[in-house]
Amino acid sequence: MSTSTAAEQVIRAGQGEALLEVKGLQRYFPVTRGIVFQRQVGAVKAVDGIDLSIHTGETLGVVGESGCGKTTTGRLVTRLDEPTGGSITFEGEDLTHLSRAKMRPFRREIQMIFQDPFSSLNPRQTIGTIIAAPFQIQKVDSEGGTKKAVQALMERVGLNPEHYNRYPHEFSGGQRQRIGVARALALRPKLIVCDEPVSALDVSIQAQIVNLLEDLQDEFNLAYLFIAHDLSVIRHISDRVAVMYLGKVVEVADRDELYNHARHPYTHALLSAVPEADPDALAHRERIRLTGDVPSPLNPPSGCRFRTRCWKAQDICAEQEPPLVQIGAPGHQAACHFPEERDVI
Amino acid sequence: MTESVTTTASTSAGTGKPFLELKNLQVHFPTDDGLVKAVNGLSFTLERGKTLGIVGESGSGKSVSSLAIMGLHKGSRAKVGGEIWLDGAELVGMSVPEIRRLRGQQVAMIFQDPLSAMHPFYRVGDQLVEAYRVHNEVPKSVARKRAIDLLDRVGIPSPDKRFFDYPHQFSGGMRQRAMIAMALMCDPQLLIADEPTTALDVTVQAQILDLMMDLQKEFNSAIVIITHDLGVVAQMAQDVVVMYGGRVVEAGPVREIFYRPEMPYTWGLLGSIPRVNRGGDHRLKSIRGTPPSLINLPKGCPFQPRCDYQQHVEGHSCTGEVPDLLQIGTEDHRVRCHIETGQRKKLFTEQIKPNL
Ligand SMILES: Nc1ncnc2c1ncn2[C@@H]1O[C@H](COP(=O)(O)OP(=O)(O)OP(=O)(O)O)[C@@H](O)[C@H]1O
Ligand SMILES: Nc1ncnc2c1ncn2[C@@H]1O[C@H](COP(=O)(O)OP(=O)(O)O)[C@@H](O)[C@H]1O
Ligand code: SF4
Ligand code: SF4
Ligand SMILES: [Mg+2]
Ligand SMILES: [Mg+2]
Repeated sequence: MSTSTAAEQVIRAGQGEALLEVKGLQRYFPVTRGIVFQRQVGAVKAVDGIDLSIHTGETLGVVGESGCGKTTTGRLVTRLDEPTGGSITFEGEDLTHLSRAKMRPFRREIQMIFQDPFSSLNPRQTIGTIIAAPFQIQKVDSEGGTKKAVQALMERVGLNPEHYNRYPHEFSGGQRQRIGVARALALRPKLIVCDEPVSALDVSIQAQIVNLLEDLQDEFNLAYLFIAHDLSVIRHISDRVAVMYLGKVVEVADRDELYNHARHPYTHALLSAVPEADPDALAHRERIRLTGDVPSPLNPPSGCRFRTRCWKAQDICAEQEPPLVQIGAPGHQAACHFPEERDVI
Repeated sequence: MTESVTTTASTSAGTGKPFLELKNLQVHFPTDDGLVKAVNGLSFTLERGKTLGIVGESGSGKSVSSLAIMGLHKGSRAKVGGEIWLDGAELVGMSVPEIRRLRGQQVAMIFQDPLSAMHPFYRVGDQLVEAYRVHNEVPKSVARKRAIDLLDRVGIPSPDKRFFDYPHQFSGGMRQRAMIAMALMCDPQLLIADEPTTALDVTVQAQILDLMMDLQKEFNSAIVIITHDLGVVAQMAQDVVVMYGGRVVEAGPVREIFYRPEMPYTWGLLGSIPRVNRGGDHRLKSIRGTPPSLINLPKGCPFQPRCDYQQHVEGHSCTGEVPDLLQIGTEDHRVRCHIETGQRKKLFTEQIKPNL
């Protein structure tokens, strides 16, 4: 579809009033030694100063390799975890250090769907109880009673409402993920953080869940923070995409801008590593091969964190950390001393 | 039912027999809930230097098939039928000591989870040395040199130092590479890789796949790669077998499967996946329903409960008869579906292809 309105274009470019605004977000996990007298010997810099914004009805994709801080970011945004620095603003309100009680009204607005549809559901609770939990916790009465509301939700996400009294183990992976979606949807949130919601599913089931999430977004004008390591899924579902590496956002842009005009070497490497399900296209693609693994977040490289694997690194890359700056189309930002376009997919 | 899928390569010089041939492999597990019919008549051939990809959803029988080739069902309750021929020897009927001799030497396997192949309490290097010395009577120093060489080849930095590490001291990607090194210690002619990169990040996956292709060129080994990732298959395989409910539903050269598929399940798979090189705001073409239970396989076509194309079948019953796996055209492309081939081609061109 190429008929986007001016308003949509503003949203795509990540401008205008944001629903969620994250600034300098940081989460260090202390590493301690000693049994009686614990002393801190270092910190895992899981998330180290990131800026993100999400608008109403928009999907921001977050992609990056294992351990780069995606889940931690999601947990901070939903306030399941406490940031050690930075700020989180939702509809203009600063949530960063709100108490449990003050946080309660916002919990309705921001929900989360987890990667593992097996461990994220209590095996001893019925589906009805699981999906009804948000009503109970928030002390919300719904018209016609909770059961009716839950069954309507089950129907909406493609579950048989008659299975209200069944237990999670009686459902397949895809169905369990639908249960997670129904639970997240119960209180009509404005933002859902989806942490790898389809990574554990088979492709045919993955497509069902992706389609469901897209339908629900259209129907309820939901915003998603969609976390995944699969670049094809991210391209499909996102309006804008942020690429993370070792606790930092290294590039962020409108979806097609990112996939067609990426400027950061790490983004190039990621994109060129995806095996496309197209034998002929693969044969003609440029291959960038990184060597080695992601360094430890306990002791990240100085300057640019990608420099130990970057083929373009110069002295300055070890000395100065490249800031995330505007480059290319509106809303496109990259953190590299030597950004350039490159055709990789 | 006799059915076969042949690699495009000509048969091994001299013998006239393919290097690896599976004939109507069946693996059934008696369980308390009933008989699990995990593999029901898998047949294919593979030549040295070539790669065969097996794709399918979880539970379609991929891993069970690969364990059968390794002889790893022996001594379990599994009932294995059919024939597996490797370089002139039949493996299904082989004794445990015989197949153990083959394992590691002629055939090696890479698993999805490297920790299942490596012992957590022994040093990585010692495990490689042991893998070599089981089959080769050489002094330790020779085996050690080879182990360090191979660790180097698979891209482990400072292999002479990392030789002494325990598996848990390696990252996921390094463990996977170490397992590949272990699998290669005895120059196996056949390498079976079951979801070798599923747990890895794309950049590391790309390194591992490149490595497998390089080593294949060098040692002229045959590779069976099992995966649910169609991209990995497109990159690695010359021939593809699509499995569903323990059966082959379509098989052929990789281009046939990706550009001229004829089985509705293959259409569904290709339509389900988002593409990294394409934008657009279309919905994915998902397949409705869920994969079948292997205890109560549907009667007739295994895909029947999820198939949207049954109205195009004439003169057969999707719910009553299992379609045969029949060859179409000349390219050794085989399809199991009751729809007549001309009609399938028409459906693909008119309805499926435009949406892929
Ligand atoms: N509670 C914790 N204590 C210490 N370190 C932690 C903790 N939680 C996460 N980490 C570390 O923080 C880093 C980021 O973790 P996170 O789970 O956010 O990664 P991720 O991007 O979600 O990775 P994946 O793709 O594997 O899910 C990792 O190095 C991880 O080991
Ligand atoms: N030892 C066993 N006993 C009973 N059933 C088994 C056993 N091993 C595998 N199965 C079943 O066989 C089917 C195929 O399994 P598998 O080959 O592992 O699937 P995949 O295609 O995902 O690799 C599954 O239904 C699985 O539960
Ligand atoms: S700043 Fe330097 S090391 Fe970092 S990505 Fe750019 S060129 Fe590479
Ligand atoms: S045989 Fe019938 S049910 Fe099976 S794939 Fe063909 S049309 Fe569909
Ligand atoms: Mg995570
Ligand atoms: Mg498997």
